[in-house]
Amino acid sequence: MDERDLEERDSVSVAIVGSGGAGALTAGNFLLEAASAAGWQGLLSRTVGPQIRGGEAAALVRLATGRIECLPDHFDLLIGIDWLNAHRFGAEIGVGPNSLVISDPRGGEPPPAIAAAGARVVELPMKEMAKAIPNGRPNMIALGVAARLLGLGVDVVSALLEKRLADKGQAAIDASRAGINAGHEAAARFDFAPRLAAPRPAGTRRWLVSGNEATALGAVRGGVRFAAAYPITPATEILEWLAPNLPKAGGVLLQAEDELAAINMIIGASFGGTPALTATSGPGLSLMIEALGLATAAEIPVVVIDVMRGGPSTGIPTKSEQADLNIAVYGCHGDAPHLVVAPQSIGDCLFTTQWATYLAEALQSPAIVLSDQFIGQARAAIERPADVAFIGQRARATDIAGAYKRYAIAVNGISPMAIPGTRGGQYTADGLTHTERGIPTSGERDHNAQLDKRRDKLAQFNFGAHWATIEGAGDLAVVTWGSLTGTAREAIGRAAEDGVAASLVAPRLLSPVQPERFAAALAGKQRVLVVEQSHGAQFHHYLRAHYELPSDVRVLNRAGPLPIRASEIHRAITQWR
Amino acid sequence: MSSVDMRLACKPADYKSDIKPIWCPGCGDYHVLMSFTRAFAELGLPSEDIVVVSGIGCSSRIPAYTNCYGFHGVHGRSLALAAGLKVTRPELTVVVASGDGDGYSIGGNHFLHACRRNIDMTYVVMDNHIYGMTKGQPSPTTEPEFDTALSPGGTGLRPFHPLVIALASGANFIARCFSGEPNETAAVLVEAIRHPGFSFVEILSPCVTFRPDEKEWKSLVHTAPVAATNDPAKAARRIMTDDGFNIGILYRGDRRPYRPAIGAASVDLSELEKDFEL
Repeated sequence: MDERDLEERDSVSVAIVGSGGAGALTAGNFLLEAASAAGWQGLLSRTVGPQIRGGEAAALVRLATGRIECLPDHFDLLIGIDWLNAHRFGAEIGVGPNSLVISDPRGGEPPPAIAAAGARVVELPMKEMAKAIPNGRPNMIALGVAARLLGLGVDVVSALLEKRLADKGQAAIDASRAGINAGHEAAARFDFAPRLAAPRPAGTRRWLVSGNEATALGAVRGGVRFAAAYPITPATEILEWLAPNLPKAGGVLLQAEDELAAINMIIGASFGGTPALTATSGPGLSLMIEALGLATAAEIPVVVIDVMRGGPSTGIPTKSEQADLNIAVYGCHGDAPHLVVAPQSIGDCLFTTQWATYLAEALQSPAIVLSDQFIGQARAAIERPADVAFIGQRARATDIAGAYKRYAIAVNGISPMAIPGTRGGQYTADGLTHTERGIPTSGERDHNAQLDKRRDKLAQFNFGAHWATIEGAGDLAVVTWGSLTGTAREAIGRAAEDGVAASLVAPRLLSPVQPERFAAALAGKQRVLVVEQSHGAQFHHYLRAHYELPSDVRVLNRAGPLPIRASEIHRAITQWR
Repeated sequence: MSSVDMRLACKPADYKSDIKPIWCPGCGDYHVLMSFTRAFAELGLPSEDIVVVSGIGCSSRIPAYTNCYGFHGVHGRSLALAAGLKVTRPELTVVVASGDGDGYSIGGNHFLHACRRNIDMTYVVMDNHIYGMTKGQPSPTTEPEFDTALSPGGTGLRPFHPLVIALASGANFIARCFSGEPNETAAVLVEAIRHPGFSFVEILSPCVTFRPDEKEWKSLVHTAPVAATNDPAKAARRIMTDDGFNIGILYRGDRRPYRPAIGAASVDLSELEKDFEL
């Protein structure tokens, strides 16, 4: 293709599809890492079925010159190593009339949705090409093709092979390099215009990190030194990162027999003075709810990460949804105010989890962090997130004279906590309604006094500007949360290019609610577009319950697994009639 | 101060709180509380270095009646809570108190895994073969023919054998006591607390309100005729064939307790992000 026909772009995208085990995810990971080594930023989301081997898998990669936080509406390039199970998630990988689809003729027919979208389909015998190389694999051919078409030098990818395949031996490196070269050469004949513009100079050091890893690091930075773990998709990577890394920081991780044990273990550790965390997903959070009420009543700080997946029940374990908002905010029986926060991007998983740890310790309250499968399991090449000073500091009772009142009614609701080993501080932490000394009672006065105390300590706390992301101008506000924040930001940016102004309001703090701050954020707004990935529009109802909204409100909501695209939000903004 | 001096200074009363227990008159748990405070005094431990953890039920009220740190948590989860505490604060003495409903029914799974995990703590189950706090429903140790409102004519189910299960699951010390013998029980608790790893002490503690027949236990209990064994096979045979009233230390294992290193960071925190750097 002639160089003059190339179209320079700020972002390009490629999806690599294959049945489980075909290596689509490996190829995607190499592509992201090579592109980041060359200076671009990027995002890799994997979409997989429930099968461990033999199901469907796709690596969805978007590379960009700057910050990128959501997948594209349509993939510029779609490479099908095979199409055996691609029909299962065809709708999640959007292609358009400008997309180029590269298909192996021996890998079956592309799903009908692709033909219907008007995409150009060309053939490349990747399996046959791989066979010509000793130990060759078709995913490396696909990687070579993608590198060529996206404008990545083959040398960058090759350098990465040396690093990543060092433990597999020279033969494996040679086979992979030969595959990449073959793909790179073969791709010369394809007519593909988009080219990634040169990367912007990076301001800081660069990271390649998943949301789950960033979450785990944020917890350790915030002071967490104990974790209890029960494996569950899509949260396990948090626990697997902590298992080897927590001991380096002087902490420890225990694998629990179930989620009931996990939450109670962290309550025990925190009672002993050690900031503690567990990570789970919806089914696990459901099991933990009773003990979260205990931590609220007994005022024991703990951090619970919920990496949300499709629900209810077992739902769709490998796909994202934002439908655990209700259980996180309202799940406990009784009146049990506690902290709920939500990270807004992969990088923000670090900040928000660190902040949650700080808040839990400062407020002696459980904190639920609502991450989701999309940001949890996606990997991003990003600028290193800035360091923040939030480190958990609990008000401790140390020099105790006279009768110690663990639950003393303090001005700010926060009563200093004695930890075991502190002379004179002996008390029994209790889920029963208790007096200021912690002694069980069923009296009206103490019940109300302690309910007030626990409500007020949260209500009176100054959460600062971190409570929400508020950007932009105009009389229309897009109100969203969690991982959709990046998608909404991109849609608002595109609308601005079309001359339509809209602002973004995305609360990071979901509980306690902040009515005054929210009112200030919406001051002067005539219209609100609520965007959320929940079938029942839980976030919309939450907003209605706690905040004043203008009369003109629209809701863009959908269950997973089909992500809400920036184009849908853009359309809702620009075509508001 | 040497440990000998400390011990001289400690009296059982030092470990009792000023809260009046809410138990029925004649409840075996009063004696168990007495055994706790006697054992703590005998061990000479500062009361602030002891934590008594419990779940829900009559027996689980015990932490607040001691002058130690306590945790009265949710139903059935005391062993998990205690595990998180002990692993992060290994210098503390952790005693978990439970009952046959809390420990063997709702908390049954945690019992298996606590035995298997073998963290250095002592698990005391006050077994009265009935749910007392909810007024007389059958527990996993209730006899099959025992008639209750919830199980008219009896459950017809074979009772659970906690000592055998503890042994099979890996508990490192197994004893049976009778609440009516507080001195003997205190002596067993001292040994249980001293023994490394997970120590399980089942205390037959009558519920005189819903199981008046258990007043007979006094005449049924008898001291185990032979000393504790460290051979699990021998212990299994003895436990499985005894009459359920054999009192004493029945098994003393020598498994190494689970005690992960904790406390000192080996790297600067900034090292941890190296994984992510390009």
